[in-house]
Amino acid sequence: MRMSNKTADRIATAVFYFFAFLIIAVLASLIGFILYRGLGQISWHFLTSPPETFKTGGGIGPQLFNSLFLLVLTMIITVPLGIGAGIYMAEYSRPGRFTDFIRLVVEVLSSFPSIVVGLFGLLVFVQYFDLKFSLLAGALALTVFNLPLMVRITEQGIRGVPREQKEAGLALGLTRWHTITKVLLPVSLPTILTGTILAAGRVFGEAAALLFTAGMSSPRLDFTDWNPLSPVSPLNPLRPAETLAVHIWKINSEGVAPDAAQIAAGASAVLILTVLLFNLGSRWLGRFLYRKLTASR
Amino acid sequence: MNQVMEIDRLNLHYGDFHALKEINLGIPEKTVTAFIGPSGCGKSTFLRTLNRMNDLVPGVQIGGSVKLDGQDIYGADTDVEVLRKRVGMVFQQPNPFPKSIFDNVAYGPRLHGIRDKSRLNDIVERSLRGASLWEEVKDLLGKSALSLSGGQQQRLCIARALAVEPEVLLMDEATSALDPISTLKIEELVRELKKEYTIVMVTHNMHQAARVSDRTVFFLNGELVEAEETEKLFSNPTDARTEDYITGRFG
Repeated sequence: MRMSNKTADRIATAVFYFFAFLIIAVLASLIGFILYRGLGQISWHFLTSPPETFKTGGGIGPQLFNSLFLLVLTMIITVPLGIGAGIYMAEYSRPGRFTDFIRLVVEVLSSFPSIVVGLFGLLVFVQYFDLKFSLLAGALALTVFNLPLMVRITEQGIRGVPREQKEAGLALGLTRWHTITKVLLPVSLPTILTGTILAAGRVFGEAAALLFTAGMSSPRLDFTDWNPLSPVSPLNPLRPAETLAVHIWKINSEGVAPDAAQIAAGASAVLILTVLLFNLGSRWLGRFLYRKLTASR
Repeated sequence: MNQVMEIDRLNLHYGDFHALKEINLGIPEKTVTAFIGPSGCGKSTFLRTLNRMNDLVPGVQIGGSVKLDGQDIYGADTDVEVLRKRVGMVFQQPNPFPKSIFDNVAYGPRLHGIRDKSRLNDIVERSLRGASLWEEVKDLLGKSALSLSGGQQQRLCIARALAVEPEVLLMDEATSALDPISTLKIEELVRELKKEYTIVMVTHNMHQAARVSDRTVFFLNGELVEAEETEKLFSNPTDARTEDYITGRFG
């Protein structure tokens, strides 16, 4: 006998609810588990002290700093390039082979396994350009796989601006440049910004691409030395730098400190909390900017 | 009467499609010219050739000439931005920027280099008065333009266009998204505006053309069928196709 449309509709609704709850349950338990294991480890001492190799009581201070600093470096490189290319794709490119080719390259780049990007970085940045294991090499490697995301976010953000808005600008005698900077970018800024911060979260958690580029060790850092040219300065972009995600991987696979497991758990919790903060922050900032730029209440 | 714009043997192709065929037309100064015709007849496309908004559409080719005060706007030495400043446009959907009312009107003047606060205030007030919106919004200038009603938004868009002091104002079915009362307000406004500006409007509504315009141009399948004094065109059209259209036999 055929099911009535109503029954089918009810079953479908139930099934979709079930899947939604399943996904939420998996995510919530995953985050809950990591936080449950790690939150107890987090203390001011843990967040600020250097790690210990053989003793208990090590921290993740330099790694946390490295992660944040690497993020800033990556964004300094990625954001202008990504926004520039995104504007090109949305506003200047004409449909045709060349544009299709760029789009293909962007798609392929974004689906690269990050370990491959890491090896590419090792060959090109670390060895060929002789940057050694350094923050800069790491930032460039991260740029390789962050750039496609930035390009796509910007392109979508700008294409998402209603055509009427763009025409309104042009009809007032605005140049293309002014139309882009004064009409399209402000309207799409919240989208672009949200996307950028989400991309930043991805960078923050990345490990594989950094193993062979930013390296797996940190020199002893002197947090009172802010001269970026000094080899012990935390700001030196040419020093090797182990990030938080890499550190978690390392102590889990070869840590010999007696409390390695707890350190890894604590570091994981810090990582997840930071990424969560990025996400919430991006939404808040996006909404704030939208209100600010559009004078809507 | 002095012709502000003169269109001579204009042809427009979208790829293979011949959208406008050998259009010849003069647009007299300080009058309202209305374009009528069934959907897809090319009236909006033609309107958009007058301030080169079709430049944005890929695959458009234009032949012939459109002269503004004797100068071909498709000539090599034409500055498109200056042209669009002189030939303003109001669109079918009200499209204020998501900014305050003041900033919407001050937008054009600011980008064309006017910074002085008191001058901007003057321009905003004059433009809003020009668009008969001042009395309704004078205490709300800092509020978002999006909080206005559709009809108010459209008058704001007119004010925004007036703020850059155009000579010609193009209106592309500017009332078709509005309710009847807002439509009447805009029609009154158009009659007022023609004292200072030359207005070219596209309308899907013949009665509107009859009510507001001085001259009416009838388009059909990309051809200009008839251009006449509005009264003459509606009472005693020359072309049989015009008569069929205005008497409601098609379209």
